Amino acid sequence: MSEKAPGWRDIPIGGVIVHPGNSFEYNTGDWRAQRPVLDKEKCIDCLQCWIFCPDGSVLVEDEKMAGYDYGHCKGCGICAHVCPVNAIEMIPEDNISSVSIDEFGIKEPPPEI
Amino acid sequence: MHALTGNEAAAYAMKQIDPDVVPAYPITPQTELMQTFAQYVADGTVQTEMILVESEHSAMSAAVGAAAAGARVMTATSANGLALMWEIVYIAASSRLPIVMPVVNRALSGPINIHADHSDSMGCRDSGWIQLYGENCQEVYDNIIQASRIAEHKDVLLPVMSTHDGFIISHTVERVDGLEDEAVKKFVGEYKPLYPLLDVSRPVTYGPLDLQDYYFEHKKQQAEAMKKAKRVILEVGEEYGKISGRSYGLFDEYFTEDADYIVLALGSTAGTAKAAVDEMRARGEKVGVLKLRVFRPFPAPELVQALSNAKAVAVLDRSEGFNGIGGPVFQDVRAALYRKTDVPASGYVYGLGGRDITPEMIAGVFGDLKDNRLYEDEAFHLGVRE
Repeated sequence: MSEKAPGWRDIPIGGVIVHPGNSFEYNTGDWRAQRPVLDKEKCIDCLQCWIFCPDGSVLVEDEKMAGYDYGHCKGCGICAHVCPVNAIEMIPEDNISSVSIDEFGIKEPPPEI
Repeated sequence: MHALTGNEAAAYAMKQIDPDVVPAYPITPQTELMQTFAQYVADGTVQTEMILVESEHSAMSAAVGAAAAGARVMTATSANGLALMWEIVYIAASSRLPIVMPVVNRALSGPINIHADHSDSMGCRDSGWIQLYGENCQEVYDNIIQASRIAEHKDVLLPVMSTHDGFIISHTVERVDGLEDEAVKKFVGEYKPLYPLLDVSRPVTYGPLDLQDYYFEHKKQQAEAMKKAKRVILEVGEEYGKISGRSYGLFDEYFTEDADYIVLALGSTAGTAKAAVDEMRARGEKVGVLKLRVFRPFPAPELVQALSNAKAVAVLDRSEGFNGIGGPVFQDVRAALYRKTDVPASGYVYGLGGRDITPEMIAGVFGDLKDNRLYEDEAFHLGVRE
């Protein structure tokens, strides 16, 4: 819990969220125990992973699989499970702790409404 | 002036408030209330969108949805209906939706019973709803009109439960002085919701996941709103007095000022106790009644002040706490008095499942106080057969 979080006088009542899309600010990626890692050599860009990802954490560019939003990927492994060519491997975070999330790029937050 | 049952008085107040949405499900003894209101809807006397749902859980859920959308919402229930609403009762309060709900007090099952006691509304005394208890048909009408203003006040924004005793008040015809439709309309005013879902230019989310980092702050906000409600209830009660001639406070004091012995009661029993006091005063006995109108928020310091000159106070609960101590009103009054005054509080549980309470029984309670026969650690069950 951040020391900088606002106090009870400074937040909307009733738990109402007045800034839509702010769940993007919640980095659920730090829940992850296993990380999906893509072998681009094997990948056929069928985008089954993109369809099945429950958190919208599979990045797509020009209709091709472009990696993961590790800031939000919870490591559920569904993408690895559905991949028809076994191009995705789930690797325990402990084994790759030296890899920075920043290397993989994170999607832009949704525009303010 | 009207001759109305308590339920009709409640429906009449609802008619004059003309809420935007009323989701409802029938249950004895509330049924007549909603039936009367449904007639107003059918006749086009009100503009209300009435939603007939399949259960009380759905009634309160629809109330929450409509209130979040920005509507002024009312519903009503009793006993097991309130119990079935339970989950959503808390959600209404914690989402800060100013829903107004008459609760026609009835004993909770089981065994099944349709008559008056306070086990239903007392069960949700800690749900975050404001609770007003009405003594008679006039107060049913007056409390509901005030409830709308209290709930929607910007410093409060909490739902309000306005209760009256099943059958004893709900099905008894009394004289009720009603206000003109225009006067009520002006008094309750136009409802301006804080975060209406239907305002698409300011999109909001209701009911999101609220974990360790913010839930506690939202509970603190609720607790503070409940504290502020006390001031708002007093302001609204005074303003209501100006248009009706009937002012309302947190509680009503009947010959308490010089009273040695005071009976504290809620609802219709306060009227019975006043009858007992009238007879005893005629014999020169210094006795009085304190009728608690507002149970949530609980007016602890005000009660202490009002009771501090008495020699003893008896607290009458129309519900059992099943805790070996006594009913909920007794517990709160006793806690309020603790270390503030030496006045002893004596607890009574009475009238469960609609069991009659008479002026003679209340005279007996005063007799207990006078003889220093006090039930301080465990409430006495008044009127039960041995």
